[in-house]
Amino acid sequence: MSAPTPSRRALVWARRRAAWGEFARIYASNRAGLFGLAALLAAALVALCAPLFIDPAELDVTGGPGGRFEAPSADYWLGTDAFGRSVLDMVLWGARISLTVGFLAAFVSVALGTVIGIVAGHFGGWASDVLMRVTDWFLVLPSLVVAIALAAVMERSTLTIIVAIGVTAWPATARVVRAQTLSVEARPFIERARALGGGHLHVMKRHVLPNVMPVVLAQTTLLVAEAIVMESTLSFLGLGDPSTISWGGILQDARNAGAISSGIWWYMIPPGLAIALVALSFTLCGRALEGVFNPRLRERR
Amino acid sequence: MKKGSALTRSATSGAAPPEQGAPGPGAAPEGPGPTGPSRAVRVLRYLGGRLFTAAVSLAAVLVTSFFLFRILPGDPVRAMTEGREVTVEQMEELRRQFGLDRPLWQQFADYCLGVLRFDFGTSYQYRVPVAELIAERIGPTVLLAGTGTVVAALIGLVLGTRAAWRRGSAGDRITTAVALTLWSVPSFWLGLLLIVVLASGVGWLPGLFPTSGMATPGVEGAFDSALDVAHHMVLPVATMVAVVYAQYLLIMRSSVLDEMGADYLTTARAKGLRDALVLRRHAVPNALLPTVTLIFLNLGRVLGGVILIETVFAWPGLGSLFYSGLRVPDLPLVQALFVLFASAVIVMNLLADLVYPLLDPRVRT
Repeated sequence: MSAPTPSRRALVWARRRAAWGEFARIYASNRAGLFGLAALLAAALVALCAPLFIDPAELDVTGGPGGRFEAPSADYWLGTDAFGRSVLDMVLWGARISLTVGFLAAFVSVALGTVIGIVAGHFGGWASDVLMRVTDWFLVLPSLVVAIALAAVMERSTLTIIVAIGVTAWPATARVVRAQTLSVEARPFIERARALGGGHLHVMKRHVLPNVMPVVLAQTTLLVAEAIVMESTLSFLGLGDPSTISWGGILQDARNAGAISSGIWWYMIPPGLAIALVALSFTLCGRALEGVFNPRLRERR
Repeated sequence: MKKGSALTRSATSGAAPPEQGAPGPGAAPEGPGPTGPSRAVRVLRYLGGRLFTAAVSLAAVLVTSFFLFRILPGDPVRAMTEGREVTVEQMEELRRQFGLDRPLWQQFADYCLGVLRFDFGTSYQYRVPVAELIAERIGPTVLLAGTGTVVAALIGLVLGTRAAWRRGSAGDRITTAVALTLWSVPSFWLGLLLIVVLASGVGWLPGLFPTSGMATPGVEGAFDSALDVAHHMVLPVATMVAVVYAQYLLIMRSSVLDEMGADYLTTARAKGLRDALVLRRHAVPNALLPTVTLIFLNLGRVLGGVILIETVFAWPGLGSLFYSGLRVPDLPLVQALFVLFASAVIVMNLLADLVYPLLDPRVRT
């Protein structure tokens, strides 16, 4: 800046850049977090670019180019399945649905949890009591059982799975967000905003939400991991959309095709590894983020 | 407050000979305190509050289960008669038989009364009372889930304590990394892998364990059949432990780490106790408290895992029953199991709430 007193915007930008630099520095000090991030970027790239090098027609039950249960070879690196489809192609393609469901389900539950958490934390009183009772009740229910029940009674589709996961996974976020809201609301700048005439909505949107966001972000990352495992579980139990290819669905097909007893390892190891790797990456990223935003957590968990 | 009481305790233990000076969780000296007279009232109020909350939760489960399975789009009667020639009259007769033709509120009232008498109706697919099916299958599930939880808790507690005690070491990092990796693995996949490698046999490796079920038909004698069941249990329990122990490990690690900074540990060290003694007598008992509670609280997750593991290993328990009910869908069966699983978790939570103050004097005040 050439001017002796930098403009307000320049100040804000400088502060933001500094904050980002600090963030990146702390995050980069966590090697596991970096590994998770790299693996995630790779997975996202594969999911996005899959249509460029995989022909969807070859993933159809009737369009498999190879023979039945071919062992891994130069043509099919991970062999073929019962319909002659390349297992490698299916696993790569499966990343699309697994990541989509993971992200959307986590988004649904985090949005729900954040709204409920902020409202409960901001208003207090009986409304908060009721909301937290409901949250605790949901927290207690075995989430997989509820998700299975929901997915079982609704139509078999990807949307159902997203809803089933989203509806069961929000209570933890609501609890965390409420706690954070309470601590933010105790600070003087909230009082200042109120004194200047800020309404409930203004305080919640402009002051509480931005301060709660870091926690929410870390929570989201952890939830995506959970959602991906949950999605594969529901698909494995046959509750997913039968017309899409997902990692859990591939495993279900493998089990139904008798890959377990006949030792066709190339059919069942890759999808499971993919689930584990992506879920682990999200968990590592989430823990690294938690460490950045909450120094007290750096030694915990 | 927290540190204060901890200090008092280790101070008294310091005065006594070390053999009897362990500050066991329940053994803390309790002074009369200024709040003496109202204590009984507070305990009663605490108990009442917890019981009331649990009762409300149970009622909510009942209502949810009824309406959740009412919005089921599939017609149960049609599902029951699938693939058979039936007349409209026969279908009406079936509807009447299962009470599906009556008004909703009446069905709900009947349902509630039925549940109170452990009468969940008749299973659509097995054509026997659901309560009978559950009674038949509950034993194997309790056996599997109980064994798995105990083994996982023991492994998690021991490894977690060790990791915290030597935090930052290679051992700590490896233990934590392995636990986190296993935690990310879907349990059903791990189960399938174990079946392929250890039960079906790969290459030169013979099948060491049975692939499924709980017992080999034709095995006689109490000892032999117990051995046979244990043999069948190895793989399911191993799968369950591998997926579950990570959370116990992480919780135990963090709660031992929390205790490590406490003043009473410094006192214990300062008075010359050996490291192992400081850990065993002072840090671990205190760190165990939150962990034990969380073991109770985590039973919901464990139950979910049991459903998958039973499905994969065809273990004749409630989980595989739930899975078989999903496919039809067998409304009364799935409904009853939903209620059962949810209530089990609520009751366990209640137990954790009631037991915790007995274990930890710090939360009593």
